[in-house]
Amino acid sequence: MSPLTNMTAMQKLYLIVPMAPLVGAMIAGLAGWALSRRAAHVVTIFFMLVCLGGSIAVFWDVMQGHGFNGNLYTWMSSGNVNFVVGFLIDPLSATMMMVVSFVSLMVHIYTIGYMHEDPGYKRFFSYISLFTFAMLMLVMSNNFLQLFFGWEAVGLVSYLLIGFWYTRPTAIYANLKAFLVNRVGDFGFLLGIALIFMYFGTLDYINVFSHAKTLSGNTIEIIPGLTWSLMSVICILLFIGAMGKSAQFPLHVWLPDSMEGPTPISALIHAATMVTAGIFMVARMSPLFELSDTALSFVMVIGAITAFFMALIATVQYDIKRVVAYSTLSQLGYMTMALGASAYSAAVFHLFTHAFFKAVLFLGAGSVIMAMHHEQDMRKMGGLAKYLPITYVTMFIAAIANAGLPPFAGFFSKDTIIEALKVSTLPVSGLAYTLALGGVLAGGFYSFRIIFYAFHGKERFADPQDPAVLACEAERAHDEAHAAAHGHDEDHGHGHSNKPHESPWVVCLPLILLAIPAIASGWVIGQFVFGDYFSDSIYVDHRHPALEILKEEFHGVIPMIVGAFTALPFWLAITGGGIAYYLYILRPDLPAVWRARWGIVVTVLMEKYGLDRFNQWFFAGGARCLGQAFWRGGDVLLIDGLLVNGSARVVGWFSRFVRRFQSGYIYNYAFAMLFGIVVLLSITLWTLLP
Amino acid sequence: MYALPLLSLSIWIPIGFGLLVLASGNERNAGFVRILALVGALLGFLVTLPIYDGFSVATHGFQYVEEREWIDTFNSSYHLGVDGISLLLVLLNSFTTVIVVIAGWEVIQKRVSQYMAAFLILSGLLNGVFCSLDGLLFYVFFEATLIPMFIIIGVWGGPNRVYASVKFFLYTLLGSLLSLVALMYLYFAAGNSFSLQDIYDTPLALGPQIFIFLAFFMAFAVKVPMWPVHTWLPDAHVEAPTGGSVVLAAIMLKLGGYGFLRLSLQIVPDASHALSGMMIFLSLVAVVYIGLVALVQTDMKKLIAYSSISHMGFVTLGLFLFNAQGLEGSVLQMISHGFVSGALFLCVGVLYDRMHSRQIADYGGVVNSMPVFATFFMLFAMANAGLPGTSGFVGEFIVIMGAMQANFWYAFAAATSLIFGAAYTLWMYKRVVFGAVANEHVAQLKDINLREFLILGLLAVAVLLMGLWPNPFAELIHTSVTDLLAHVMHSKLPMP
Repeated sequence: MSPLTNMTAMQKLYLIVPMAPLVGAMIAGLAGWALSRRAAHVVTIFFMLVCLGGSIAVFWDVMQGHGFNGNLYTWMSSGNVNFVVGFLIDPLSATMMMVVSFVSLMVHIYTIGYMHEDPGYKRFFSYISLFTFAMLMLVMSNNFLQLFFGWEAVGLVSYLLIGFWYTRPTAIYANLKAFLVNRVGDFGFLLGIALIFMYFGTLDYINVFSHAKTLSGNTIEIIPGLTWSLMSVICILLFIGAMGKSAQFPLHVWLPDSMEGPTPISALIHAATMVTAGIFMVARMSPLFELSDTALSFVMVIGAITAFFMALIATVQYDIKRVVAYSTLSQLGYMTMALGASAYSAAVFHLFTHAFFKAVLFLGAGSVIMAMHHEQDMRKMGGLAKYLPITYVTMFIAAIANAGLPPFAGFFSKDTIIEALKVSTLPVSGLAYTLALGGVLAGGFYSFRIIFYAFHGKERFADPQDPAVLACEAERAHDEAHAAAHGHDEDHGHGHSNKPHESPWVVCLPLILLAIPAIASGWVIGQFVFGDYFSDSIYVDHRHPALEILKEEFHGVIPMIVGAFTALPFWLAITGGGIAYYLYILRPDLPAVWRARWGIVVTVLMEKYGLDRFNQWFFAGGARCLGQAFWRGGDVLLIDGLLVNGSARVVGWFSRFVRRFQSGYIYNYAFAMLFGIVVLLSITLWTLLP
Repeated sequence: MYALPLLSLSIWIPIGFGLLVLASGNERNAGFVRILALVGALLGFLVTLPIYDGFSVATHGFQYVEEREWIDTFNSSYHLGVDGISLLLVLLNSFTTVIVVIAGWEVIQKRVSQYMAAFLILSGLLNGVFCSLDGLLFYVFFEATLIPMFIIIGVWGGPNRVYASVKFFLYTLLGSLLSLVALMYLYFAAGNSFSLQDIYDTPLALGPQIFIFLAFFMAFAVKVPMWPVHTWLPDAHVEAPTGGSVVLAAIMLKLGGYGFLRLSLQIVPDASHALSGMMIFLSLVAVVYIGLVALVQTDMKKLIAYSSISHMGFVTLGLFLFNAQGLEGSVLQMISHGFVSGALFLCVGVLYDRMHSRQIADYGGVVNSMPVFATFFMLFAMANAGLPGTSGFVGEFIVIMGAMQANFWYAFAAATSLIFGAAYTLWMYKRVVFGAVANEHVAQLKDINLREFLILGLLAVAVLLMGLWPNPFAELIHTSVTDLLAHVMHSKLPMP
């Protein structure tokens, strides 16, 4: 335990970085009633500036080769083990701190514009500041307990924010679903932590990592007769946690629904930061994952499935936020595949670039939604480019980055991942490579589809008789007939007489500031992935040389860009973009025809492979059925009905029976006596006689 | 060291004030009676603070020991003392008494003095159970607690209160009568002594140990309550007035857990080992089965009652893992459950006082008219779901760490509460609090007043404090748990 007075200036700074947003959150949340709206955002943004400044200073310090691993206070001790709260500051956590505090600050500023009419304005600022605190505690942790703390705390804030508009049935359905699906992941995660605690006797990262090798040969027999490698079991359990938080198949189902929350948090929590916590966690645990090829293969397969199949869903969605959401899922799949290929730094690099361009896509989508008076369906947009020039340009940049085209940020990170899969030695890497390429094709298509569909072509919002608009209205009427609830704002659907207009500067400024790294942040790849940037914070075993091989082939940013033009991923992404151009600009009549022709495929994709229905039926319905069976059958019928009240009834019957003998008539008693004497005598004689 | 007999004071101040309240109360002076009761409750709590203050965490064995002659014929004495575990429970109990007295302030209009007196007397008796170092004294306090609670449910309860209170009484009485038989056996085995220390030191063969264990099991399993002797609890909770539910959940259930660790584990350690499989199995059934049952409840109080049983499963699970994490987690879970379930029952009480319904279906969109209440309720719901940073996480986390050391599947089954706990609590929260205003009654709800803010606020502080920094709680019990573990691991079988 290090008292505040003994801390160095740098250590105080470590503390200030997460505490500043917490203070902001508490002021805006608990004293919100005494603050004006303006005061609420001034206070929280001020503390976010402090936080970002601190993060930059810490980052700079870490770049000088300094680091820190120490405990803040003992949370509790049990037996002879101390559970602590503490910080581990190294290049990995410093990078995450930068990303989190920068994107968070941008989202704080953006919120001023986006939420300015909302009655929950102050509450919203309080939540996003609280989120920033929790996320920072997560990435700065030096032990598994605090990791779990941050892990669940960001889940809590995500729950509160998805359900921010708590009167909407879809929002409160989505937030419950998000929390529960995440809890399924956390269930595995907690078991993994418990196994670590059992075998290592500590939850401190550095202690665990340094002893990991000695336990790599251990086996564990969970199911009698089957021996598994301990490390594989631990890593897969931990990864199940990551599957929940980072929305990997089949625990991804909560993320698309989380779009019910206000758009700023979709950008901050459900794209840039929280959902990458799982990626960060696995990268942090690289010394453990490196010991198990089984776990790495599992990670890679899950990532590949997510990357490809979610990208396919993104190609058919109409809701602009949902397209971006499925795109996020797909990109998270790429990061996960990279982890499986032991290209941890590439995964974190993609996390880094993705945070910027995906934040732009979401915030841009939010800007469009505002301009369209809370209309999210792309069928009712079109031709927006001239009304929203800044949004258009920044989103175009982000879409190119998302598609992975050079020289934008996404290209460097995504391409490195695909190359790493190509050279990976794991048996499943061939499959992963193929799916990754398929994802690139779909990614090129859906990225440009957003741009061409929403910003170019006919201004469908001005024409209520357009077939696409009519189809959209018909679908909505159909949905509303089936479920009284609907997910969109109440004020949609009226023909807007006024033209859409560009959003205020508080919305555009974050877009521009985030678009810059969406272009340029990829150029640091030389240091970030192939250099010594992460030094000791990521460990790669020599058996997994994917990145080593790529490093030898890497000769700088320009040769990498030049090389891309002759590589498959580039042309796949271009093809995807070309198809989007053909379908939505050259032949806007075709999409409807194609959809009709490929009816089954489109239905499967629109139904998200039926997973939601299955979960709803099997897990939610099954649990309720079991609960009813246990309650009605077990508690009410068996225990209470038969045993408890049953024994009372037996006592009742017995006494009613016995009461008959107490009739009060002398002759009854006399007869009983006589009868008794006869019986006793007979028994006596019977036994006495030889 | 304090010269005052502090433990006796913690027992007899509430009882004395309870009698005073009872004697001075009549139909017209409800206001005076409430203040008198509050003074009694506060004094009862204040007197426990010097106990905490002077308690030495490093000292083994019992502290503040008092011993006086009581019943010479049976060699039974008035023998009191606390270790860290019982001290925590005494503190929790005295704290909770203050809360329930305030909680019943305006809500109870009928027979105010009797109501307040019942809670004060109950509080003293409960402290008596936690402080007793004599088997007979323990038994007397243990049984005596039934009477005030029986009256609380039977007089101030809901429409079906008679069935509930009789069920409660018979269920628990039947169980504890067997424990009296066991105590009598032990009295003779220990050479005519009821002193727990003498009984601890008495060697016992495995056969008698098993019978004694089962007799104690009947008493304590009903109290906890463990599956399948838990069905009295939902009925009792549903019918009890809010204050009754709070004390029942926060303190009276702990009598079972405390009984197991003070009597069963230490008196019959070998039988405890031999039957630990059964105990763990029943605990895990409670966690999983009851968790699922809680999911489908339509009555808020019943739901929280079932959730209580599920959470108490962690207590009994932790006790029979025989490792430090299990025991410490178990004790911390008892304390946390006291705060959280107490707070949840108070929250339901706040709603019930306004709407006179416990049915989830009658609510919806409460947040629109009661935002402050919704915030508190959210905190306690999250604590019930075991969110880190709240007290609900601490005990469950440590017990799961302990369970993993025993068997992967124990930890697996216990950890499902992560999912079920969140599912039933948050689903209820969603249906009651979130959403659009469901009906005009909800629209007219008034947010909590200062009195309600005070009690929920106190509990919120406790829940957060224990969640963010449980070490002060854990430090208090370290030495006691070490002692306890040593006792449990030491065979009492007679030397051949």
